[in-house]
Amino acid sequence: MRNPAGCLPMTLLHTEASAPTAVDPVIVVKGLDKTYAGGFQALKPIDLTIRRGEIFALLGPNGAGKTTLISIICGIVNPGNGSITVDGHDVVRDFRATRSRIGLVPQELTTDAFETVWNTVSFSRGLFGLPPKPAHIEQVLRDLSLWDKRNNRIMTLSGGMKRRVMIAKALSHEPSVLFLDEPTAGVDVELRRDMWNLVRRLRDSGVTIILTTHYIEEAEDMADRVGVINKGELILVEQTATLMHKLGRKELTLQLHDPLAAVPASLSRYPLALSADGTELTYTYDTQAEHTGITALLGDLAAAGIRFRDISTRQNSLEEIFVDLVRSR
Amino acid sequence: MNWYAIAAIYKFEMARTRRTLMQSIASPVLSTSLYFVVFGSAIGSRITSVEGVSYGAFIIPGLIMLSLLMQSVSNASFGIYFPKFTGTIYEIHSAPVSFVEIVAGYVGAAATKSVIVGVIILATARLFVDYRIAHPLLMVAFLLLTAITFSLFGFIIGIWADNFEKLQVIPLLVITPLTFLGGSFYSIHMLPPLWQKITLLNPVVYLVSGFRWSFYDLADVGVGASLAAIAGFLVACLVAVGWIFRTGYKLKS
Ligand SMILES: Nc1ncnc2c1ncn2[C@@H]1O[C@H](COP(=O)(O)OP(=O)(O)O)[C@@H](O)[C@H]1O
Ligand SMILES: [Mg+2]
Repeated sequence: MRNPAGCLPMTLLHTEASAPTAVDPVIVVKGLDKTYAGGFQALKPIDLTIRRGEIFALLGPNGAGKTTLISIICGIVNPGNGSITVDGHDVVRDFRATRSRIGLVPQELTTDAFETVWNTVSFSRGLFGLPPKPAHIEQVLRDLSLWDKRNNRIMTLSGGMKRRVMIAKALSHEPSVLFLDEPTAGVDVELRRDMWNLVRRLRDSGVTIILTTHYIEEAEDMADRVGVINKGELILVEQTATLMHKLGRKELTLQLHDPLAAVPASLSRYPLALSADGTELTYTYDTQAEHTGITALLGDLAAAGIRFRDISTRQNSLEEIFVDLVRSR
Repeated sequence: MNWYAIAAIYKFEMARTRRTLMQSIASPVLSTSLYFVVFGSAIGSRITSVEGVSYGAFIIPGLIMLSLLMQSVSNASFGIYFPKFTGTIYEIHSAPVSFVEIVAGYVGAAATKSVIVGVIILATARLFVDYRIAHPLLMVAFLLLTAITFSLFGFIIGIWADNFEKLQVIPLLVITPLTFLGGSFYSIHMLPPLWQKITLLNPVVYLVSGFRWSFYDLADVGVGASLAAIAGFLVACLVAVGWIFRTGYKLKS
């Protein structure tokens, strides 16, 4: 308490992590492609660099190749051409070095039904070559609200609890990189919230997190950067904010003082939408455009004698951006 | 070497054995007792001795070999098939373990279990007949070598199998007939000359013969041939397992 300097490293760390210029790569993927045995090309050559300490969201529709990409980095699927390094180590030649750094929570819920929670998490730690450390396992189980269930067999747990067990297994060996493959698919609200809190805590402690999700708002909330993948092709990689800014459309909503029956003819050149009860007027504009048209709109509104009591703007969600992007291909 | 990983897999597999203790231990004891009752008493009353050894004692090494082969193959094949079936194998693939460590964990546990079963049968047999062990060290060596080799073989089957039927078909259609025709219950000298020759193509004959020799100094084929046969099969299995992991055959897509 008397030593405020204790906070300093955290602050420094944070500044460093969020500075866009300081690129300290953890995972470097170069020209990686993948064709499955049946001849299906799941990945077209991919170049991707994951930065240390970031939360990276991989977005893409079903079958885009997200799981394939993650699985290759983690060693579950054989790579095609190209190379992948983790902390400078090649994932094939130097798999011990790369895999011991990585924790993986796969998409599918697969657990050892007959084992207890404690045993299965301890098993994972051993598998990753680490000596037992009950204090760490206890911490992980407490963080995931699994402590009370530690002696329960996994088959007696609910789906959400099993998902927590899989996260606990991935964290058992104190990884510096964590992959979460659609972690919130089919997960209840409470677990989703817990999970994101955990992800933030992990990131604050320096863990790099790569996740895929269908809940795009979450990527928008959580991720520092977003990669969009479609049909095995990495379409773009951007800072989440930049992406929003670059591609985002905004909505300006006016709460009207007096309800309108229809949009006056004098305002017909604006893309305006009137709510059913006539109390809200919504104007959509492009943030990238040189002129948003807001000033002119406000002037014309005043000229038409329309008064309003409140005004608000809303950024389009990443989901809308994403749908646009994929559709335009 | 990732020793913690070997220990983790080994312990996991042994825990599975403990969970199914009754079926793991009770069933071989029961079936051995039945063999003694059926073969020992019924046939033994007609064949009193084989080359100076009482028939009851004569069949002990063969009975142990029979269980050892069956147990090794089924333990190991199931041990690796199950995580493939449930999907938990993802964790093994994503872990910093080499194939040597994976094999050591799974095959080590499977072999341990079948050796335990073998020892239990040996103890159970004591209730029925008296026997001696002429070469205890070599007896143990045969026991371990066979358990390890056939656990490796089972491991390969477990990887090759992509459904439960395939998992059963080799033990059922290959191992069982070969063991029953492998001289467990008779000396091959009792067969007609032609069959004596044909039977030499059956690898199990060499195992049973060598193992029986370590008990009673009685062998259908030379001990050297027995050791060579088991060593040869061991090497073949090791090569196959090495190839499987190098190519990711049926393990990784
Ligand atoms: N083992 C496999 N063999 C053949 N094709 C596969 C295999 N696994 C995935 N695929 C195909 O590769 C494509 C990408 O799959 P996946 O990486 O799971 O996508 P995502 O995780 O983005 O939904 C899909 O079309 C899928 O059918
Ligand atoms: Mg997927």
